[in-house]
Amino acid sequence: MPPLLRRPFFWIIALVIAVFAIAPAIGNNVELRESLLLAALYITLASNLNVMLGYTGYVNFGSIVFFGLGGYLCVWLVSSYAWPLGASLLVAGIAVGALALIFGLGILRLRGAFFALATIGIVEAVQAFAENFTPWGGSAGIYLSSAIFQPMGGPARALWSIYFLMVAVMGLSLYLSYLIKISKFGLGLLAIGQNEDAAAILGVPTPLYKALAYSASAFLPAIAGGLYFFKSAFIQPSDAFDLTLSTEALVVAMLGGQGTVTGVALGAYLYEELRGYLLTSETFSNFQLVLSGVLLLLIVLFFPSGLMGWIYSRFPCARKVLE
Amino acid sequence: MTALLELHNVSKRFGGLQALRELSFAIEEGEILGLIGPNGAGKSTLFNLINGVYTPDSGRIVFRGADITGEKPYRIARRGLARTHQIVQPLSNMTVLENCMVGACFGRENLPLARADEAARDAIAVAGLEERAGTPGIQLTIAGKKRLELARALAASPVLLLLDEVLAGLNPTEVERMIGVIRRIRERGVTVLIIEHLMQAIMSLSDRIVVLNFGEKLAEGMPAEVARNAQVIEAYLGDPRLAAELQSGT
Amino acid sequence: MLGTLASIIDGVLVGLVYGLAAMGLTLIWGVMDVINLTHGAMIVGGMFALYMLASALGLPPYLALPPVLIGAFCIGILLYWIAIHRMVGRPPLMSLLSTFSVNLVLIGIGTGVWGTALFNVEVSVPGISMGRYTFPGAHIVAAVLAAVVAGALYFFLHHTRLGKSVRAVANNREAAELVGIPTTRVLAVSVGLGVALAGVSGVLIGTLFPFTLLSGDGYQLKSFVVTVLGGFGNPVGALFGGVALGLLEGIVTPFVPVSWTLVIEFVLFVLVLIAFPGGVFASRRGAL
Repeated sequence: MPPLLRRPFFWIIALVIAVFAIAPAIGNNVELRESLLLAALYITLASNLNVMLGYTGYVNFGSIVFFGLGGYLCVWLVSSYAWPLGASLLVAGIAVGALALIFGLGILRLRGAFFALATIGIVEAVQAFAENFTPWGGSAGIYLSSAIFQPMGGPARALWSIYFLMVAVMGLSLYLSYLIKISKFGLGLLAIGQNEDAAAILGVPTPLYKALAYSASAFLPAIAGGLYFFKSAFIQPSDAFDLTLSTEALVVAMLGGQGTVTGVALGAYLYEELRGYLLTSETFSNFQLVLSGVLLLLIVLFFPSGLMGWIYSRFPCARKVLE
Repeated sequence: MTALLELHNVSKRFGGLQALRELSFAIEEGEILGLIGPNGAGKSTLFNLINGVYTPDSGRIVFRGADITGEKPYRIARRGLARTHQIVQPLSNMTVLENCMVGACFGRENLPLARADEAARDAIAVAGLEERAGTPGIQLTIAGKKRLELARALAASPVLLLLDEVLAGLNPTEVERMIGVIRRIRERGVTVLIIEHLMQAIMSLSDRIVVLNFGEKLAEGMPAEVARNAQVIEAYLGDPRLAAELQSGT
Repeated sequence: MLGTLASIIDGVLVGLVYGLAAMGLTLIWGVMDVINLTHGAMIVGGMFALYMLASALGLPPYLALPPVLIGAFCIGILLYWIAIHRMVGRPPLMSLLSTFSVNLVLIGIGTGVWGTALFNVEVSVPGISMGRYTFPGAHIVAAVLAAVVAGALYFFLHHTRLGKSVRAVANNREAAELVGIPTTRVLAVSVGLGVALAGVSGVLIGTLFPFTLLSGDGYQLKSFVVTVLGGFGNPVGALFGGVALGLLEGIVTPFVPVSWTLVIEFVLFVLVLIAFPGGVFASRRGAL
C-alpha cells in the first residue's frame, strides 16, 4: 500500500467527498444540493487561499481574481468558440495558473503587508481589463444561451453534473492542500511563513516557492469559477471580481484555523450554514458584508488560531489525525 | 591545503558608514578560523556578505572555486555554506525537528523529506537537543535556541559553517558543552569560521585568527602571534580587561 | 502648450488634496507600523458628511470641515481601541486583517443605508482664468485648504508637546515609554489624527468630484501610491508624493480612458515598491 493511503487523514477527506456526493442524490434533494454547492465552492476558495495565507503567511485579499478570470475564460471559450465544458475548464485553469505564476514572480518581490496591498490592486487592474476588453462584452458581460445545457442532457441533468464536478474540484483542493502540507515544498512554505529571511538563509528558494504557491492556489479556484459562471450562464465584471467572495474566503480560512486543512473545510461549511440561515431573514440579507466583517474582527482579536486552534488545545491528540 | 573560501578586496558601505574596507583573507579547508574585533568592527556584516544577505560594493568572494559574489542566500546555502545568527532566528512555531528538517531539505545535499528526518535527528544529537526535538523553537531557552541554530546549520551538512557568537549569553557550563560540540563538528571535517567575544574560548578553539578593526584587517596569524601583536593590543586598549584576556588567553 | 500647462497646474492643485489624504495613512503607518485599511471608508465618511451638511442642511460646503475634523478624530480614537490597540506589536498582517474587517462593517452598513448611487455636491466658487483656460475655484480653494491643514499638522508635530511625543513614539516606542510618555494615549491620538486627516480630505475631494459609497477604494489606492512615492511614515513627503501623483494624472488623463487611470497608478505602485522599497523621497523610515 502506498504510504499516502496509510494516512488516516487521506481517508477522512475521501469520506467528506463521498458525503458531499451522496447526500443530495438521495431523494433528489435539489435544495440541499444548492446549499452544498456553495459550501463546496467556499471550501475550494478557502483551502486554496490557505496555501498562501496559512502556510506561506501572505495575505491575499484578491484571491477572487483567479475565480473571476477562470469564469471569464471558460464562459468565453464556450460561447465564442463552442468548446465543450471540460476542455474550457481545463484550459481556464491552466491559463490562470500560468498567469498567476507570472504575476507572482513580479508582485511576490513585495514582502508581507505590501504584497497584501498589491493584491487589492490586482483586482482593480483585472476588473478594469475585463470592463474594457470588447471580446468579453465590456461591462455588459457575456450571456450563454440555454442551449449550452443540451449536450449535457438538458438543464436539470446539467445542474447535477455541474454539482458533481464542483465536489470533485473541492476534493482536489483538499487533497492538494494536504499534499502540499506534508511535502518538502510545504515545509519550505511553512518556513517562509515563520521567518522568510531565516528560510532563505537555510536554502529555501523563496521567490520561486512563493510564486509556485501563488500559482498552485490559482488553478482550482479558476476551474471553480468556470463551473460557477457556466452554471449561471452569465458573467459580468462586477460579479466576477466581487471582493465579497475573496473576503469571505479569508473569513472562512481564519474561522476554521489558518494553516490547517480540516479547519478550513470546517470553517467553510459552518460559514455557509450561518450565511444561509441569515440570508433567509430579510433584515440580514443586506448585511452580508457586515456579518463577515464582525466575524473576522472577532476572530482576529480573540481567536487568531481559529476553530482548529481551539480543538487542538482541548484535544491534543487531534493534532495527530486532523491536519 | 587549498583555500575553501577566499575574499578579495571586499568593501561594503552603509550610507556614511564604511562597514568594511578592502578586506582580503582566505579560509583553508578543515581549519577553524576565529574572527575577532571590537564591537562595530564589521564582523557580522562580513558574515552577511559571505552568505549573500548583502552584496558587496566591490571585491569578490570565491567559495569552493566558484565566484559567489552577489548570489542569493539560498543558492549559497545550496553550495554548502551554513550559518548561525547572533540574534537567534528560530522558525518560531515549528518544532526543533522541523527546524532542522528545513536545514536538511534545503541545504547542500537537498535531501528528500524522509532522509531529511534522519539527517535532522543526527544533527540534533550532535547539538545535544534530543530531548527537545518535539518542542516548538519559540519555547526553548536562550541556550536551547543557540543549540537549535547550530543543529539547524549542521543538518544542512555544510562544507563551511559560520558561527556568529554561539557562546554569548551562555553560562560557563553551557559554554564548556558548546565548545565540545564545536570541536566535534570540526572532527567531522567541517571548516568553521567563528565570531566570538569570549577570548579564552576563541583562542583555544581557533587554528588561526583574523582581527578586524573599523572594517579593516588589523592582523592575521596564529592565536599566540595575534595576542602579542602591538596593534591588536592597542585596538583593545579601550577595554583593558579584554587586552589582558587576550594575552593570558593562550 | 498652454493646455498642457493648465492641466499640469490643475494636477498640482488636486495633488495637494491627495497628499493630504495620504498623510492620514502615512501618519498611522509611521507611528505604529499599522496599515489602516479603513482609510478609504473614512475618506468616504468625510464625503457623506459633506453631502449631509451641505446638501441636506444647506450649510456652506467648507463649513463642514470643522465638525468633520472633530467627529473623525473621535471615530479614530474609537477605531484605535476597537481594532488596533490589541494589534500593536503583533505581526503587521493581524492589524491589516482587523482594520480590513472594520472596513467591511462600515462599507456594509453604508451600502445598506445609502446604496451605491452617485452623489454630487455643488460648490460655487468663481474660477481664475488664464487665457482660454479657467481653473475651477473649488480646486484652488481645496488646494489652499489642504496646504493649510498640512502646515498645521507640521506645526503640531514639531512645536507642540503632544506632537513631539507622537514623533518620539514613532521613533522608538520603548524609549518614549521609559522617559514617561504615555505611549498608549499617544498611539490613540495618532490614529485619531490620521482618521481626521482622511475625513477632511474626504470633504475636500467631495467638493471636487462626484462620489459613491464605494469611491473609498480608489482613493485609498491613491493614498498608497502617494505614500510609496513620498516615503513611508513621512507626512511631508506625502505632500510631495501627492503632487507627483496629481501631475501624473494631469498629464495622463487626456490620453487614456478613465477606468485605466487606477490601473496605471497601481502598476506604478508596484514598480516603485520594487525599485525603491523605502519610497522615492524617503531619507529613511521614521522620518516623522
